[in-house]
Amino acid sequence: MENIVSLLEKALLSLDKQRLNDLISKVNVKESSIDIIEKYLVPALEKIGIGWQKGSVALSQIYMSGRICEEIVEKILPAKSPDRKNQPTMAIAVLEDYHLLGKRIVYSVLRSSGFELIDYGRKNVNDLINHAIEDNVMILLISTLMLPSALRIKEVRKKFNQLNKNIKIIVGGAPFIFDTELWKEVDADAMGINASESVKLISNIVGGYKNGK
Amino acid sequence: MENNKMTPLQRVFKTLSHQEPDQVPLFLNLTMHGAKELDMSIKKYFSSAKYVADGQIRMQKKFKNDCVNNFFYAPVEIEAWGGEVIYVDNGPPNSGEPFIKSFNDIKSLKLPDVKTTPCLQKVFEATHIIKEHVKDEIPIIGVAISPFSLPVMQMGFENYIQLMYEHPDLFNQLININKEFCINYANAQLNAGATAICYFDPVSSSTIITREIYLKTGFKIASETISKINGPTATHMASGRCISILDDICKTGTGGIGVSTLESLSEIKAICKGRISVLGNLNGIEMRRWDAAYAEKMVKSAIFDAAEGGGFIVSDNHGEIPWDVSDEVLFAISDAVQKWGKYPIIKNLQ
Repeated sequence: MENIVSLLEKALLSLDKQRLNDLISKVNVKESSIDIIEKYLVPALEKIGIGWQKGSVALSQIYMSGRICEEIVEKILPAKSPDRKNQPTMAIAVLEDYHLLGKRIVYSVLRSSGFELIDYGRKNVNDLINHAIEDNVMILLISTLMLPSALRIKEVRKKFNQLNKNIKIIVGGAPFIFDTELWKEVDADAMGINASESVKLISNIVGGYKNGK
Repeated sequence: MENNKMTPLQRVFKTLSHQEPDQVPLFLNLTMHGAKELDMSIKKYFSSAKYVADGQIRMQKKFKNDCVNNFFYAPVEIEAWGGEVIYVDNGPPNSGEPFIKSFNDIKSLKLPDVKTTPCLQKVFEATHIIKEHVKDEIPIIGVAISPFSLPVMQMGFENYIQLMYEHPDLFNQLININKEFCINYANAQLNAGATAICYFDPVSSSTIITREIYLKTGFKIASETISKINGPTATHMASGRCISILDDICKTGTGGIGVSTLESLSEIKAICKGRISVLGNLNGIEMRRWDAAYAEKMVKSAIFDAAEGGGFIVSDNHGEIPWDVSDEVLFAISDAVQKWGKYPIIKNLQ
């Protein structure tokens, strides 16, 4: 299994679509779609995420490989497939800034991992709060590049608290990487240091919901 | 000024020539704090060249800074192309919705005339005022965003990566027009009195692209652009990593490199020694929660890692210190440079 994961990682980083499809077809015969995703694609994306954290993988590779992965998953596990993960409603947004790349990468990696989520694009504080409540969102992922935007996440949390909405907030983006305490300051529930880490965080939260927490 | 003390300009030039000056120079990039000092909003501060010049001169004196920045905010260059700038109360103005909406828009882009564009005129006017005040004693550091990094604000990061990978002709067309703009803008700042230009190039960092792509794109673009800028330049990665391309950066013609807090300063210095100077690498984002003692610890560590032999300037790792960083911390940084940065560096590890 490890070998396939490494081969997938290599094919993803070199953006070799043909090789990826060949590798997936090879395991496809024996495994269910969700197994392929969980056993092979998610670990490959995880390795890529760790590589970025260590400085050996570039953001452009993560973005391009995420898009390719998303296409593959869409093919083997369409959005409306009954095999899709049973999950609470999730959404993702960029707060205030116009720097959307980080959000796009997390969106791709989550969808590549079998999750479905609403993409709000760029939202200001009030619009984000209103949309999340209207859509009954249970997990809200917020990405920011600029520090002032990151600091405004606290306003989102405050409003959710005032309205008695138990919405989990997961944050990510450059300010949180450079100050690893910042997510606590803005009252988030968790911080994803890279896109594949968000998969783990969400899996934990979803597990918690299933256990009635 | 004490007789045996160098002026900031002498100090900076000495270190840039890889020799030890009287003390390690300090570049505190306080682009917004002048507004606090003048007791006005960030938006009002950037509305006038006089405010920015006054703010910068005050900041230099207050914190014994070894440079003055004529920098307003990164999207001033986007404003020059007709793009939107969004102001916030507690941070730098940010670029609005990208003005290149589709790849085809690149074909009809018109090069802004830097000499007549009002937002850039303010930068030149501020530079003139600062120059009259500091004369040849303090370096004025201008900023020009690299032709390779400007597209992130012109068209959005996602579209730009797609352009880079999938539309080489349009990519080259955009880079060529940006190159002309960057050279014109940098040279106009030098003509107005700037001493050197910070070539702001975060997209080239290995956080964003691989070395393979860098050599085909950012490296070539930097080499061509820097060779046409009529003054000294220092490349800045705006917090991005660069160790894996440092050797290449040294060959672009730049005189210095602004580096990330995510990488080892001593490793960086070892690669750059005698070739280009190193600026860095205090963590600006984290600086908001530092106290004076921690600030001293960080400055001391940076000096011990990279100051020996010259070729080093203490600075933050992004090129812009956040609005919320307190005067207490800024004074502590400045005091620590005075305390630990005297040459020859004595590594008192207590």
